[in-house]
Amino acid sequence: MDGGADKEHCFVVEARMALPNEYFAGRTGSRFLTALRDEKRILGVRCPSCGMTFVPPREYCERCWSKIAENWVELEKEGEIVAHTVVRYEDRHLPKKPPYILALIQLKGADTPFPHIVEGVDPAYVFPGMAVRAVFAKVPVNTLMGIDHFEPL
Amino acid sequence: MGRKRKNRNAAIVGIGQTVYSSHREDQNQVEMVHEAVRNALDDAGLAVGDVDCIVHGNMELFEMQFQPDLWHSLGLGALGKDVFRITTGGTTGSSLVCAADNLVASGLYDTVLAVGMQKLQEGNTTGGITNMSDPLWFRNMQTGALSGTSAQAVIGEFGEERGRRAAIHYRIMMDNHAMLNPRAHRKLGLTYERADELMKTSARLVGDLRLIHMCSQSDGACAVVVASEEAARRAKTPPVWIRDHVEVHREETFTNLFGFVRPETTQRYAARKLFGRNGITDPVKYFDVFEMYDPSAWWGLAWLREFLLLEGDAHLRMLEEGKFDLDGDLPVNPSGGVIATNPIGATAMLRVAEAAMQIRGDAGEHQVAGGVRHALASGFGGTFWTALIMLEKDLEWEMP
Ligand SMILES: [Zn+2]
Repeated sequence: MDGGADKEHCFVVEARMALPNEYFAGRTGSRFLTALRDEKRILGVRCPSCGMTFVPPREYCERCWSKIAENWVELEKEGEIVAHTVVRYEDRHLPKKPPYILALIQLKGADTPFPHIVEGVDPAYVFPGMAVRAVFAKVPVNTLMGIDHFEPL
Repeated sequence: MGRKRKNRNAAIVGIGQTVYSSHREDQNQVEMVHEAVRNALDDAGLAVGDVDCIVHGNMELFEMQFQPDLWHSLGLGALGKDVFRITTGGTTGSSLVCAADNLVASGLYDTVLAVGMQKLQEGNTTGGITNMSDPLWFRNMQTGALSGTSAQAVIGEFGEERGRRAAIHYRIMMDNHAMLNPRAHRKLGLTYERADELMKTSARLVGDLRLIHMCSQSDGACAVVVASEEAARRAKTPPVWIRDHVEVHREETFTNLFGFVRPETTQRYAARKLFGRNGITDPVKYFDVFEMYDPSAWWGLAWLREFLLLEGDAHLRMLEEGKFDLDGDLPVNPSGGVIATNPIGATAMLRVAEAAMQIRGDAGEHQVAGGVRHALASGFGGTFWTALIMLEKDLEWEMP
């Protein structure tokens, strides 16, 4: 007896579920990925009424609901670390071999940060505000990994 | 049992639908939801700031995504608002409308936005739906809507020839209606001359359920704005009053394993209860249109008898005589129904939205002629959830 419950002779039915799925990136998300892959450019969208620049891009401004999907702006490939953590456990779904630095990076000209990997620096020496630049993948990739990682300036 | 009582009237004042298609690669989920929300607010002539509360739903796990309501916040316009997530399988869309009705009628919120969505092609529906049943007792019998039982029951009662002919008649009637609806997903251009051929050549799925009888798999979203009587005056569209609704749920009789006597269907129970407390004795005569959640031609056929409280072969005769046609006594699914368009988490809301458009008189080519004053809409979900909703053009009934 544990916790006062009688658990003798109680069966457990074993089960396993598969969760196959796809993600439709949409026109706006696809434009961002195509520019990253084919032109090595990082694009965002700017809201003309709020002046906010969003990366990743979105169809509508979250503040004023203006349609902004076509207001593309090119961002600099440099920015700064807003926050970071260190991934230390190993799993086959992870994009890199741990340990690696996962950071929120805000590019120059953007008002929103997005998550990516930082390499070329000891995790102990990473700090908020650290300047980093994008290093693009050597082979075409259809995901955010079109940027392979960021490295300190 | 407690009696349901509204504190005040609630009306549908805005309707928004997306494009329906088998694949919406052009939008992510957030953008697709936004399209419906934007269309509903534009239809109502309201701004997102006029909305007090949002109810959101889809069929759980069908995109294989956990808590999609959080992700969809940007598309919903949920920033700073109260949001509830409601998911009751196929019934979700109608449950959302019922919840919005309750939230407004209770007096808690003046304007509630209900949003149902589904992107079936992003996920794996079988993976989601198989998980629905108790794994020890029922899972091996679980099929979702892909079931041959209703075909078997209709044929058992009325014979192969009449049963099969009625099912294909129902199917072709639905396609005729869908052909008139610009938003319908599948429009096949079927004609009654092809009935014999389709009865023989369409691929068999289970028993007498053939591919041609079955509902579609669609991507899309639907949104409706429900407002109090006072808030409804701010909207630019005429209000469609939600008179009353009922939701019925029964799980253990899915396969009726525990009994030999077939229990009353949830459809008939819902109709009996709803019509009874609203003093409606002859629903065929009372209602001007019925938007019914019909997962297959066989179920649609069988449920007409249940929902309309008919006996014997009355529903078959009405079908055969064209009474359910767009120009019949009681048009059923002028939109083309679920067989044409089925973005599941939105599907049951589409029934209500289409019924409301019929009352407004702005359904377009599939508008019922002569004016619609009383409309009925139903929802259906996995474990025999049934929702039934009554809509009215005029505020002229006594609250139950
Ligand atoms: Zn803005």
